[in-house]
Amino acid sequence: MTAKNNGILESKIPEGSLQDKWDNHINNLRLVNPANKRKFTILVVGTGLAGASAAASLAELGYNVKAFTILDSPRRSHSIAAQGGINAAKNYPNDGDTIWRLFHDTIKGGDYRSREANVYRLAQVSNNIIDQCVAQGVPFAREYGGLLDNRSFGGAQVSRTFYARGQTGQQLLLGAYSAMMRQVSAGKIEIYPRREMLDLVKVDDKARGIVIRNLITGEIERYAGDAVLLCTGGYGNAYYLSTMAKNSNATAVWRCYKRGAQFGNPSFTQIHPTCIPVSGKYQSKLTLMSESLRNDGRVWVPKKKGDNRPPNEIPEEERDYYLERRYPSFGNLAPRDVSSRSAKYVCDEGRGVGKTGLAVYMDFQDAIERLGVDAIKAKYGNLFAMYEKITGENPYNVPMRIFPAVHFTMGGLWVDYNLSSTIPGLYVLGEANFADHGGNRLGASALMQGLADGYFVIPNTLSDYLAENLHAEKVSTDHEAFDKAEKETMDRINKLLNVDGKKTVLDFHRELGELMWDHVGMSRNKKDLEMVIRKITELREEFWKDVNIPGENNTLNKYLEYALRVADYMELGELMARDALDREESCGGHFREEHQTEDGEAVRDDENFSNVSCWEYKGDDKKPVKHVEDLNFEFVTPTQRSYK
Amino acid sequence: MTIHLKIWRQKDRNTPGKLVDYTMDDVNPDMSFLEMLDWLNERLMNEGKEPIEFDHDCREGICGSCNLVLNGMAHGPHEATAVCQLHMRKYKDGDTIVVEPWRAKAFPMIKDLVVDRSAFDRIMTAGGYISINTGAPADANALPINKYDADLAFDYAACIGCGACVAACPNSSASLFTGAKISQLAHLPQGNPERKRRVVNMVDKMAEEGFGDCSNFAECEAVCPAEISITAIAEMRREYFNALSEIE
Repeated sequence: MTAKNNGILESKIPEGSLQDKWDNHINNLRLVNPANKRKFTILVVGTGLAGASAAASLAELGYNVKAFTILDSPRRSHSIAAQGGINAAKNYPNDGDTIWRLFHDTIKGGDYRSREANVYRLAQVSNNIIDQCVAQGVPFAREYGGLLDNRSFGGAQVSRTFYARGQTGQQLLLGAYSAMMRQVSAGKIEIYPRREMLDLVKVDDKARGIVIRNLITGEIERYAGDAVLLCTGGYGNAYYLSTMAKNSNATAVWRCYKRGAQFGNPSFTQIHPTCIPVSGKYQSKLTLMSESLRNDGRVWVPKKKGDNRPPNEIPEEERDYYLERRYPSFGNLAPRDVSSRSAKYVCDEGRGVGKTGLAVYMDFQDAIERLGVDAIKAKYGNLFAMYEKITGENPYNVPMRIFPAVHFTMGGLWVDYNLSSTIPGLYVLGEANFADHGGNRLGASALMQGLADGYFVIPNTLSDYLAENLHAEKVSTDHEAFDKAEKETMDRINKLLNVDGKKTVLDFHRELGELMWDHVGMSRNKKDLEMVIRKITELREEFWKDVNIPGENNTLNKYLEYALRVADYMELGELMARDALDREESCGGHFREEHQTEDGEAVRDDENFSNVSCWEYKGDDKKPVKHVEDLNFEFVTPTQRSYK
Repeated sequence: MTIHLKIWRQKDRNTPGKLVDYTMDDVNPDMSFLEMLDWLNERLMNEGKEPIEFDHDCREGICGSCNLVLNGMAHGPHEATAVCQLHMRKYKDGDTIVVEPWRAKAFPMIKDLVVDRSAFDRIMTAGGYISINTGAPADANALPINKYDADLAFDYAACIGCGACVAACPNSSASLFTGAKISQLAHLPQGNPERKRRVVNMVDKMAEEGFGDCSNFAECEAVCPAEISITAIAEMRREYFNALSEIE
């Protein structure tokens, strides 16, 4: 059998009206009968929301599932850290929400760089997700009448966000995890903790297995299967500092890219405006302060450069409430990308605050005077406490210091409507794919997408592929393709261990992060991007000559794991810069300085860039080749966003 | 500031471990405790020595990966805080801190400060779920749940599965962890159909994994970063007795 979609970007969007596409598609997908489902083994890599929900749902259907996580338990995957909530078009509050509205807000919020059909399907299944989670015992917030409570979030005029205090991600993940453990108990899922995927094994151009490193023993393990599901999350840690967990990484995705899966929109990164700023070189990660704070916090910096008086001694007339000044109609609630960029500009001007000058104030004094301390405490008490824990400052008395930080990557491996990558049998779910958020993700949409992919999309679409391959010969781990992949992996590990250089992995990661943050971050231009591509190449050469990896391969060795990941970030970072250089427009989180209005607003170019850029790997010493999937808007009309 | 550390180093399960002294002269009060360990590890690597292994991931106090006992206190001196959210400004210049892993028979040693907590996953596998397949359950609002029970269920559901309760317990009991899940599901109508089987299976599994029983020391509650109350254990026992009386 030949690989039908290898290397060719066929989105497979079904026919019919927007409302009917998904139903029509399900009707046309082939099924696998229950007796045959038992014959298939599905390898699920990553156990966050997307991976856990997919593993559980597929096992319930009767497939055999092997699930792999780099952590010691699937319950710790980084989906757990999501705070705010999950969107669904239930319209419980009767405020006029519909599936169409959720679809429209999401595609507009993404600055018209995602597929209509995908986003509409996401909005359609959003309601099933809430039903599913409640049935699992997820303790969403409720009203006194016993019904579910909703709140509003950025980018929407309706209240459609379901939440579980500030720990929605945790509760949804534990729900999916419990569904998965039930299938472990039923013998349909095997969990492989502390295992990291280091390569994809292809046989006859199809994904048929994975090569894994056992993080405790260092042994290389082989697993064969009928399909591979990558649910490994985003690649924000390429910037060194981000709100991602320390172990979140891009290696599985990158290794699949190098085996032929195309990478969609690598430069699309979301930089969240309200994080706790960096305090020193030792900083290991960044912590988000919820977007909801901007409802009452006023953002400002001193008007004068280098004004280092304490904030409370700076009189009102010497403060610049720059968001209110530049965006009078949205003010402090301007969207994430716009707010982040504005903070960068005032800091670049030398008006940043705090020890490093890389922070702005978010001030609650007016809100406290207006509403009283108790009202503010009731709304934001836990966030204020977290801020105080980390910074040692009391935000009831002094303004918070905040700064933007890398938070989410909209880019990822390209997938068609079935979530299949360009390698048949390799499916990509959740943040790891490029799919539904376009150039900018709205709040409370990431949880929705991860669970939609895992609970409701993949159980349908995977059966079509498996039905087609019902009679395909099983591949054993003795196959020469496994030998080759294992050898290449071992060679890479040994090469690293033998460098025996002087600089630590952290030194290299910090250097890469600085390049990425300064030039492939909130604001990008041609000259810098070209320079960064050169510098990353140099840094990579230096890495392979001068990195110092401690310890051995045959024991738990986190700095070796880390080094393998940093090696991949350096290659990915270059691709991100290349994509940013190629995309000659400003859209969503991607802002090219050459493409802005006179007063600094983004200028999108729908004529030339209403598309997904997809990069194909051609070899370490060759430039990747760009392919394009055109985005056609049949049902909505792209408009220019304005927040003035 | 200067901090003296005595850190547990152990090559693997079969090699005896010991406390090793390290002095850090350049600790910044704004560092988190784990960032200080990162800093120390960088120094060790630059000196050609092996860094200290410890588990960590989100560093926001929610994933439950980090697991250090500081001066005998699981997660250190700051209450309701996982050790990743502990900052060095809590300490004074010249302080000495003894750093150890969770110690319990059911959490076997892996290396240095890293232990194997997969017993928790096996307790969950024994019944920490509601048997519902993915599909089309009833509308989420078809089953109203009174706010009191929903909030209480949430309090128990907040457990981050770190294992501090076990580390702090003189009996190495996992009762707070197990009780939290049982109590969460006991307060929700969705949990009702499997209520009896669940508590018996999970409690029996806990014993089988080598965790001790509870003798009401309440050390677990004192160290819990998610502030789970020991009423969870009382509820678990009540559930267990009720279940046994009917099952037998």
